[in-house]
Amino acid sequence: MKILVCLTKAPDTTTKISFTENDSKLNEAGVQWIINPYDEWYSLVRALELKEAGIATDVHIISVGKADVEPIIRKALAIGGDEAIRIDADSNDSFFIASQIAEYAKANQYELVMTGKESIDYNNSSIGAMIAELLDRPFISHVLNFNIQNGETTSVREIEGGEETDTCPLPLVISCQKGLAEQRIPNMRGIMASRTKPLKVVPASNSEPLTEIISYEMPPQKSGVKMISPDNVDELVKLLHEEAKVI
Amino acid sequence: MILVFVEQNNGTFKKASQEIISYAAAIGKQTSQPTAAIVLGEANNLEALGNYGVQKVFHVNDTRLNQLDSKAYTKAIVQITQEQNAGAIIFSNNSTSKAVAPRVSAKLKAGLVVGAVSLPDENFIVKKSVFSGKAFAKMKINSPIKIIALNPNSYSIQKSADNAEVIAQNINFDNTDFTVKVQSTNKVQGIVPLSEAELVVSGGRGMKGPENWNILEDLATTIGATLACSRPVADSHWRPHHEHVGQTGGTIRPNLYIAVGISGAIQHLAGVNSSKTIVVINKDPEAPFFKAADYGILGDAFEVVPKFTEALKKYKASHSS
Ligand SMILES: Cc1cc2nc3c(=O)[nH]c(=O)nc-3n(C[C@H](O)[C@H](O)[C@H](O)COP(=O)(O)OP(=O)(O)OC[C@H]3O[C@@H](n4cnc5c(N)ncnc54)[C@H](O)[C@@H]3O)c2cc1C
Repeated sequence: MKILVCLTKAPDTTTKISFTENDSKLNEAGVQWIINPYDEWYSLVRALELKEAGIATDVHIISVGKADVEPIIRKALAIGGDEAIRIDADSNDSFFIASQIAEYAKANQYELVMTGKESIDYNNSSIGAMIAELLDRPFISHVLNFNIQNGETTSVREIEGGEETDTCPLPLVISCQKGLAEQRIPNMRGIMASRTKPLKVVPASNSEPLTEIISYEMPPQKSGVKMISPDNVDELVKLLHEEAKVI
Repeated sequence: MILVFVEQNNGTFKKASQEIISYAAAIGKQTSQPTAAIVLGEANNLEALGNYGVQKVFHVNDTRLNQLDSKAYTKAIVQITQEQNAGAIIFSNNSTSKAVAPRVSAKLKAGLVVGAVSLPDENFIVKKSVFSGKAFAKMKINSPIKIIALNPNSYSIQKSADNAEVIAQNINFDNTDFTVKVQSTNKVQGIVPLSEAELVVSGGRGMKGPENWNILEDLATTIGATLACSRPVADSHWRPHHEHVGQTGGTIRPNLYIAVGISGAIQHLAGVNSSKTIVVINKDPEAPFFKAADYGILGDAFEVVPKFTEALKKYKASHSS
């Protein structure tokens, strides 16, 4: 069974977000790029565990991006992917990205396609479900626990205020939530090996983006904190009721 | 026509559902189009959806739809959209829409905005949350059909006495449309899910250990709040993962967020800074969270929280009569 793990780059979580060109572009100066945490910590690691358990035969990494995503692809190979595909395009439109991945997945027959539950930049949470639709496959989102036995998958997925356990045959697409696996740090052997693992660059196919970002803005600043003495909690209750009107 | 996908939970329509119907109706008004709801699976009292602004309800009364199968749901929504020649479909940004809205988007080649926080403008540019709450983006949908998943607690409910006309809708399902079998569901009863909660009490590493959470539970119960926590708290298994908020956890926007023993790291603030009012209780005057707060108490949580809870109880007692 072959698994395709989808990765995207994201700004390091400590990044102070700011914008340039009249607030139309992310200011990338000084931004450190990381693998989107949901893709790395949960999706990739669970795929590797399925291979180690003898259930999967190959774990391939795919990312839609320009050459600047290659360092994060190499890192994923160092953690343990077998080979990687970079689709040479720069886009933040979910449908464009999903179309590229779906086309490659269809031509190369992956029984399982995995994504993170969302990327921490645009938070669209869309790529996995779109790939599933384009491949006409079932999809399970926000998977917390995932197993495969005799071609039948069992997923525990997060729902509002609880969990649901689903079974579904392969082929399948899932998106991965925190709890599915434990983060792994690449070791020296992995890093050495990653340098010679295949990384194939594939040209993008034609697909129209359905959305575009026109501009960005920052959330309104708080006007300043009102400090209340720990001996006067009644005052806080009064302010929450009369001033903030939240209780 | 503007369509809105509505879920019924235990025979009722949650606040988040009422919000999206009001939101869809407002777009309908803005663009002089009728608004209709789509309801899948067994449901009752659907006329009442008219209270929030839809004129019609397309009801697919098929028990196989009582549980989510994203393929089947997509087929139903796509068929109704095409039959009605609808121009927009509105979802609530929740676990169901995350599995369904992108599929519908891919099938109809209809641009999708996930995490919208306000009404679209006349050019269908929609403001949405990005970078897990660190910023907003104005996103334009270029396709003829537009799809929006609205964040909970982002739009106020407009209520009237109107009733909706309920139309029994047939969908031509075949067996291959149903592939997912739900084996069991496990839901915490009686607690508002974090994503929809208006009041949230959150604890950090300053709480010292899981055994101390009783004071936060007391505080939460007193005002009917939902519990949340910082990432290290969930990672140390003091609290379940689903309570973790921040850039790599849940992004929430309650009316009131009470942060106890949380330093206010940038990753934490990302997930909670859209809260209307933030109260911070921390013993360190340098804690960065104070800069993002509306009200602060500098003090030891173990002394302040029980006193605060008592004061709230007193307030509740005097306001309930
Ligand atoms: C990739 C990445 C992603 C991350 N994502 C998230 C995320 O999504 N969410 C998140 O929360 N964090 C996230 N973090 C972690 C984040 O950087 C902080 O480490 C974390 O938020 C700190 O949690 P804390 O405030 O509970 O603990 P600490 O930073 O240890 O703060 C404890 C606070 O409690 C106060 N305190 C101690 N004792 C008392 C007392 N008796 N009374 C009152 N106050 C007291 C202290 O003054 C201090 O301010 C992420 C980090 C990384 C690297």
